[in-house]
Amino acid sequence: MGLLEVKNLTKFFGGLRALNNVNMEVDKGEILGIIGSNGAGKTTLFNNITGFYRPDGGQVLFKGENITGLKPHVVCQRGITRTFQLVKPFAELTVLDNVMIGSFIRTSNGAEVRKKAQGILDFTGLRGREEQLAKDLTIPDRKRLELARALATEPELLLLDEVMSGLNPTESAAAQELVRKVRDGGVTILVVEHVMRAVMSISDRIIVLHYGEVIAQGTPKEISQNERVIESYLGRASFA
Amino acid sequence: MALNKKIVLPSLIAVAILALALIYHQSLADWWQVNAVVVFQALVSGLFMGGIYSLVAIGFTLILGVLGIINFAQGALMVVGMYVTLWLFTTYGIDPYLSLPISVLVLFLVGALIQRFTIRPIMDAPTHNQLLLTLGITLFIVNLILVLFKADPRIIQSDISGTRMFIGEVMISFPRLVAFAGGITIATALFLFMGKTDLGKAIRASAEEREGSALVGINVKRIHLIAFGLGAACAGAAGTLMTPFSTLTPTAGDTFIMIMFAVVVLGGMGNMLGSLLGGIIIGLVESLGAVFLPGSSRLLGVFVVFILVLLFRPTGLLGKK
Amino acid sequence: MGKFSVEHLIRTRLNWGLALIILGLVILLILPQFLGPFLLSLAILILFWAYLGQCWNIMTGYTGQFSFGHAAYFGIGAYTSTWLLVNMGINPWIGMIIGGIFAMLFGLFVGFLAFRSGLRGIYFGLTTFAFSMVLLFLSSNLAIINKTMGIQVPLIGGDSWLLFQFETTKVPYYYIILGMMVVSNIVVYFIGRSKLGYYFKAIREDQDAAAALGVNLLRYKMTGMGISSFLTALGGTFYAQYFYYIDPDLVFGFFLNVEILLGPVLGGVGTLFGPAMGALILTPLSELTRALIRQPPGFLPFLLALQGRAGVDIMLYGLILVVVIIFLPQGLVGWIRQLRRRGHRYLEV
Repeated sequence: MGLLEVKNLTKFFGGLRALNNVNMEVDKGEILGIIGSNGAGKTTLFNNITGFYRPDGGQVLFKGENITGLKPHVVCQRGITRTFQLVKPFAELTVLDNVMIGSFIRTSNGAEVRKKAQGILDFTGLRGREEQLAKDLTIPDRKRLELARALATEPELLLLDEVMSGLNPTESAAAQELVRKVRDGGVTILVVEHVMRAVMSISDRIIVLHYGEVIAQGTPKEISQNERVIESYLGRASFA
Repeated sequence: MALNKKIVLPSLIAVAILALALIYHQSLADWWQVNAVVVFQALVSGLFMGGIYSLVAIGFTLILGVLGIINFAQGALMVVGMYVTLWLFTTYGIDPYLSLPISVLVLFLVGALIQRFTIRPIMDAPTHNQLLLTLGITLFIVNLILVLFKADPRIIQSDISGTRMFIGEVMISFPRLVAFAGGITIATALFLFMGKTDLGKAIRASAEEREGSALVGINVKRIHLIAFGLGAACAGAAGTLMTPFSTLTPTAGDTFIMIMFAVVVLGGMGNMLGSLLGGIIIGLVESLGAVFLPGSSRLLGVFVVFILVLLFRPTGLLGKK
Repeated sequence: MGKFSVEHLIRTRLNWGLALIILGLVILLILPQFLGPFLLSLAILILFWAYLGQCWNIMTGYTGQFSFGHAAYFGIGAYTSTWLLVNMGINPWIGMIIGGIFAMLFGLFVGFLAFRSGLRGIYFGLTTFAFSMVLLFLSSNLAIINKTMGIQVPLIGGDSWLLFQFETTKVPYYYIILGMMVVSNIVVYFIGRSKLGYYFKAIREDQDAAAALGVNLLRYKMTGMGISSFLTALGGTFYAQYFYYIDPDLVFGFFLNVEILLGPVLGGVGTLFGPAMGALILTPLSELTRALIRQPPGFLPFLLALQGRAGVDIMLYGLILVVVIIFLPQGLVGWIRQLRRRGHRYLEV
């Protein structure tokens, strides 16, 4: 049994079927990548898992418990935290405050929260920026902040939505390092990505979504050689 | 959640109404014999007043759609129209209907000035700030009128003021009929303008897509100016049309603004046809409310509808989700 | 101990900032000795609006849910304590608490309906406004509370702390409202440092992100609403006991909704000192304007034309509001913060 199980998940938006009987499992400790073209349903999947949308069919099980349709804050309390594709910093608050808000979910003690938050800032390479306002950060730093904030909630499962987009190769490599560091710290990670090089490089396994359906699952190498995936999405370069 | 609300509430209401009708059908029939005229009268006056509400709301929606600004000052602008007409009447003896073009022009200019100097700087400010700004403009305008004209209620006795006709026992007041007709005519003219003319299309384009319109060469700043002016002109026209049968006070806009919000929310924020529809409906709700809720303020019915819409269908009848 | 940007003013200059506050409090405490009746009542009014503004600020400034209907809670407070006093002889202090509870229940009711329906931004503001207007209409038409004729607070013809009335001197009123204002500021201060405050600000900045980080939006918005409405109602009772008379227009009025938020908007929504600053500037300004219009001094002849006319002070309010929104969108405190930050940046070079 996986840490997260998605069973026959279906979601309609009016007449449009955004997700069609999606089945997948995420095992503890792995980094699972989700790829697919725009509109394939990747972010919708995240939204359905974390309670921002209510699925029209199917179930989401976390550690064996049914979390389908629970509100976002409850899902977070259970141990799943997600980031947003278009980062959502608390703009007028400082970097430290941003992260502290994440920490408050596990403890109400202000001093403890402060310490934890500072630790996370160190971990994610934001040391020295505690007092900067979130709105004044560069894009890579905003992504770091988004990740740091999510980590502050001490999740067991972290859902990263397009963390690499907008980063140049150097920044992307640093981000990949960070993601691996997070996994090594014991967090299972589900990554939605567009940047092929990045996702192929960090994922243990990959799931390919196409028009709301899972069309392939496997290791990065298997996926890069999968005919259907190549036809619908990858094209014919080699990514292994 | 949304699906449930849509079905459950109307069904409950329908069932409740049917049940009550069956239980009380005899007393209802008796009541109808006595009160039919009153009800029809209310329907007529509600319809007519609704036309005015529609006009003001359409102006508001135009501004909202094109500039994305919530113009709280729409009520105040209507009052300006009223007092411009009053002034022309008392100073030059100009009949209210003849002063319509003048008040429309004046309000257009006032609207353009307001847009240029106070709205343009805050186009990208958060919504609540925009609201506060237009609120400030309202306070300024209303109290300027108060200072200039004092608080005494004023009436305009024009040639047409008292005239009316009767259909059966239902009285049709001419000034109100003209106001309704005027309102609908102006609204129709506006729709045609938006649909058929180049300028109108440019306005609609700017409403849909500000940046894209600029890229294809539309002078968005000018469009915003014109749109705001037009919206203000609608308010002014409504004010003028109301003068033959209303009592003018500087604070007349206060209740008007509240009614207008109910109209706009009911019709769907940003939808001009919705504003037209919403205006008529709210007009009817108000006047029927006066019949069925004697004594208490007729606006209570409007507010109850307003709150219900906000809670159960905030996007209104025709609004986009 | 939280170091947060909003209260930067105190934190970084801990020593002399704290000293300033203590000095300010001492001044406020001994002030009545030096004020004549006119200035004393002005001071009371300033503190009064500073208090109400701060109450409003707790909700709107900190949780970001813009309330345009705070007159509702004010009026409930005023009417509850006054009605209970007149009709059941209940002590106004007790009535004050009861009024606060009623207002809080009403606020939670409105909040629950609105938040549950997912109303945000302008829609939420309009809802609060609509409910406030409903109360205005209801109170104007309910015989049990005298409709538009209002209720008179029975005069005891003397001074009594127990009965919350002071005839011979207004000084006790001053201390009461000073106490209330200080308490409201303390409440805001401590909220700001706590988990509650952090969550409030998270909701204000980005509700979805907050939810994704475990913040129970409904619960915290309701908490903000509850605290705010309770405290606002206490101000209503104060008003009744100070002015001895209430009616629907005075305590549920349309303009009151605006008046409550003018101070915080000028001073800075979401800041600790904003409401007080705003009240400090606006209240004397409007009193001064009214006095000038009543009796224009000789050296300002153009005012003679306006003598005795009502509305000039509110025109001024409107103008100030417009100017503040355009040039100081974050209020005075926000402007000061910006200046300091720019100052810091120059120093960092």
